Amino acid sequence: MNEILLLDATERYLKGEMNADEKRQFEHLRESNPEVDQLVVEHSFFLQELEHYGGVRELKHSLHEVHNHLSESGAIRSEELTRTARVVNLWKRYKRIASIAASIAGITALSVSGMTLLLAPKNNSKQVQELANKVFVLETKQRMQDTQISSVKDKLAPGTRIKSGGSAFIVDAKGYLVTNAHVVRGAKGVIISNNKGEQFRVQIVKVDDERDIAILKIEDADFKPLSTLPYGIRKSSTDIAEPIFTLGYPDNKFVYGEGYLSSHTGFNGDTLSCQIAVAANPGNSGGPVFNRNGEIIGILSTRETQSEGVVFAIQSKYIIQVINDLKKNDEAYQNLKLPSNSSVKGMDKTQQVKKIQDYVFMVNVY
Amino acid sequence: MKPEASELELLDGLARNDRKAIESLYEQNYGVVQSFILNNNGSADDARDIFQEAMILLYEKACSGTFELNCKIKTYLYSVCRRLWLKKLQQLQRFGTTVESLEDTVPVEEELEEQERRNEAFGLMDKVLSHLGEPCKSLLEAYYVHKKQMQEIAESFGYTNADNAKNQKYKCLMRLKKLFFAQYKNGN
Repeated sequence: MNEILLLDATERYLKGEMNADEKRQFEHLRESNPEVDQLVVEHSFFLQELEHYGGVRELKHSLHEVHNHLSESGAIRSEELTRTARVVNLWKRYKRIASIAASIAGITALSVSGMTLLLAPKNNSKQVQELANKVFVLETKQRMQDTQISSVKDKLAPGTRIKSGGSAFIVDAKGYLVTNAHVVRGAKGVIISNNKGEQFRVQIVKVDDERDIAILKIEDADFKPLSTLPYGIRKSSTDIAEPIFTLGYPDNKFVYGEGYLSSHTGFNGDTLSCQIAVAANPGNSGGPVFNRNGEIIGILSTRETQSEGVVFAIQSKYIIQVINDLKKNDEAYQNLKLPSNSSVKGMDKTQQVKKIQDYVFMVNVY
Repeated sequence: MKPEASELELLDGLARNDRKAIESLYEQNYGVVQSFILNNNGSADDARDIFQEAMILLYEKACSGTFELNCKIKTYLYSVCRRLWLKKLQQLQRFGTTVESLEDTVPVEEELEEQERRNEAFGLMDKVLSHLGEPCKSLLEAYYVHKKQMQEIAESFGYTNADNAKNQKYKCLMRLKKLFFAQYKNGN
């Protein structure tokens, strides 16, 4: 009961309903009794909150009424957007999402086509270098070339210049040679020379750009048919890690190279060629790749420009294919016969090379 | 810039919850807010909620008596609505496009923070009042919100006299205070 009286007094005090005497008494009570003082402060705060609550509730009520009233009378239009405006609004709302989706689609399409380009095996990609000896780009080798030209002068028409070179090897003792198609590309004429410096004119019999294989035939009075070839051409593939060696004419000199077969496929999975680890330089193109039995397993053709010692060779079975194609299509080459057995099997390397070297030629293209 | 007399009158009217003042404020300002919200991923219902919240904020300002309006009411309301809507968009994660501004705006961030506290207090009071139950709720509302006289209340609620009604009212008020402060202190 006492509490209620106190509350009543507090409320009357806050509302200013007390007379001067009562007020003085109450203020005295507040000063002497901190609990009463606390109650007054608390109650005043609470009444404020309560009043505020009431005010806001009333206002909300009025706002709703006003809103309804005004929309009924048409002073404010809360109708839905018109049809066109809705489309515009939808466009605005989803513009960003649509553009993100479109750019993702674009990027995906681009990257897919990029990947396709990147992954598609390409023989003559810039990343592999054909090892034909392009004389005209090797300015520093000019002098050496000049001496070469003077030495072949008797076979070359005066005024002609050697454009490029490579290596080649005999596949038939009658004078048929095999080299890379890119070695003789754009050739007006071809001259070959062996390790002893003897030179012979040759004709291009067939160029297979797809397999990068060219077949040449010696057409020279000086040429004496050779004895039986010391090597054979291997029909089946060779095992990975099997030791191999190469012979060729990089930088216009006869060079022996040694390595191993590193992969059955070539650059970016190209099945036409295989990968070997061996030192190779411009001029090695068209040279034979032998296994340890002295069988030809490929034609050295390209190397990767980015990394040293990654060299690709056309697999030997394609030589057989090209020769067979040639025989099928042209009666004149019916007597062409590929060697299948190697006679240097079991010999040591120096003996093998000694036997083989006469059958490997340098190609000069003018 | 000094507010025009008509604007001050409108604020005064709003503080008194005057129907006419509210109507003219509504008529003058609702359109621009609605088109802003419709143009920025909102609906007509969103516009209504946001505008009414801004009106409540303006009401509190008008009631406080210390409010100095340094721009047009229109600019003020628009700024508040814009800020409120941006905040809502962020909560909804619908903040896609940069929000385009059709009107001038004034900074209102501080006011909004204050308003948030008041909204909490309002929500709390609403909650504890509904916890209180009848007839306490109606009794307190009749006296403190509708400002009815004790005699009138006693008659409509069926108390034998005003003093009994008053006693009952104080009992209810004490319960309400207890509930309110228990949560108010917890919340803060």
